Amino acid sequence: MLIKRPPTIRPSEITPESMFRQRRTLLKTALALGLIPTANTYAQESRNDLTTITHNDSAAQNSPFPENGRLTNLKTWPSKVDAALTPFEDVTGYNNYYEFGTGKTDPARNAHTLVPHPWTVTVEGEAEKTGTFAFEDLIKGHTLEERIYRFRCVEAWSMVVPWVGFPLGDLLKGFAPTSRAKYVQFFTLNDPAQMPGVRYPVLRWPYREGLTIAEAMHPLSLLTVGLYGQVLPNQNGAPLRLIVPWKYGFKSIKSIVRIRFMARQPQTSWNMANAREYGFYSNVNPDKDHPRWSQATERVLGSGLFSARAPTLLFNGYAAEVAGLYADLDLMRNY
Amino acid sequence: MTRRSLALIKALVLFCCLTPLGLLIARASGLGDLGANPVQEVLHTLGKTGLNLILLTLTITPIRKGTGLNWLVGLRRTLGLSAFGYILLHATTYAVLDQGLAWSSLLVDVTQRPYITFGFLGLVLMVPLAVTSTNAMQRRLGRKWSQLHRLVYLIGILGVTHFFWQVKIDVSEPLLYGAVLSLLLGYRAVGWFKKRWQFSTGTQL
Repeated sequence: MLIKRPPTIRPSEITPESMFRQRRTLLKTALALGLIPTANTYAQESRNDLTTITHNDSAAQNSPFPENGRLTNLKTWPSKVDAALTPFEDVTGYNNYYEFGTGKTDPARNAHTLVPHPWTVTVEGEAEKTGTFAFEDLIKGHTLEERIYRFRCVEAWSMVVPWVGFPLGDLLKGFAPTSRAKYVQFFTLNDPAQMPGVRYPVLRWPYREGLTIAEAMHPLSLLTVGLYGQVLPNQNGAPLRLIVPWKYGFKSIKSIVRIRFMARQPQTSWNMANAREYGFYSNVNPDKDHPRWSQATERVLGSGLFSARAPTLLFNGYAAEVAGLYADLDLMRNY
Repeated sequence: MTRRSLALIKALVLFCCLTPLGLLIARASGLGDLGANPVQEVLHTLGKTGLNLILLTLTITPIRKGTGLNWLVGLRRTLGLSAFGYILLHATTYAVLDQGLAWSSLLVDVTQRPYITFGFLGLVLMVPLAVTSTNAMQRRLGRKWSQLHRLVYLIGILGVTHFFWQVKIDVSEPLLYGAVLSLLLGYRAVGWFKKRWQFSTGTQL
């Protein structure tokens, strides 16, 4: 299948930060002097802000990945997504990451304060090998693969993203979960020094999410460290996030610091905030509307002002792979 | 305030009212851009500008009474009609650009999704106000005109509630709109109670 992909970005094409800043200074000066029309430059400027990949200089030195952030020797994965990839600037410029603000462009603007390296993840609960592990040790020995997945937000918009990662199950098996482990809970970092948004109680911090052990072990569940062939930008959940492509986006928790194996169904942030609107499963389902809006269709990001909405697919198009997980479950009641 | 300077101020106000629309058109036509979700950006910009203008029309009376600048009344029509224009464009963007005129889903939205029902109702109630905004209509309706135009209080409530209900969880911005609207409507309520008090007791408060 032919997949339409924009050309990948070569390191030589990336503008050095110093030059980027100079350009901005030049723009601002010209703007102040009235040399360029404001409506034009305002929009251009804001767009430039968005496409800035927010990395942290000192963090880059501690990263196990190459300094330029490129992830190479990726295993290819047979994608069945026949839609065009969402442009890089939209994937990295339009995010829900409330720890950096509730606006869609807030994370791209604010996430530069996140320090993704060094990074540790604490593993606890119903498993034999618990403890605190360094990021490098967690990804060691796992072959990174590029997977093109559809990504559907509960707000009825969607993207197509080439993620980089490896199956979550491969990591979880390494901790030797016991037979009592029926669920896995994940926690996001909760550090007011790095995350301006956690000062506001919009959600209960730290952000938490959960899966059944069968969902977590499913081969489509991806532990993600990159996108578009480079390490995850901070606003996309660096250094380590989940991608569960058949569930609404908020299940795909970002910047994971804690993994807990549990015997009982764990708490999840959106469910705690509003149980009527956000269930534990939150599988993409066009027939089960959000109490306030329809889930039957979605707006495909990057498709322009005059494009039509696309129909939403059951399990976001992954029904063939995952429907078996829910054979005994009433999806209308267990949303 | 001479007639000419009032006309000038009115023109200036109209220009300010049209500026957000101009900027939006400039961004849509490639002079800037509308971000990753252009339809939503257009929809929200139009809706919020419309709501801002509705609240602005409601500030005219308190400011006029507070300052004695009676000519301010002359700006209400420009502000109100602009608000109507933005809300009409907002609804059109939703029906045409977002929903692609899918009548069945539009019908479900308007009848079964409370935030859209409220928004739609607000728009419908703005129609008679826009139609009766001319001097001739104002003369013809006499006292009934000001009674009819009190509908704007209800329109404000519908608009802010519409905004509040469609927000996913961070309601801080719609709450701010609600606070401003409460002040503006509270001002009227206080005036109304004072009048009734005077009427029933004959004493000044």
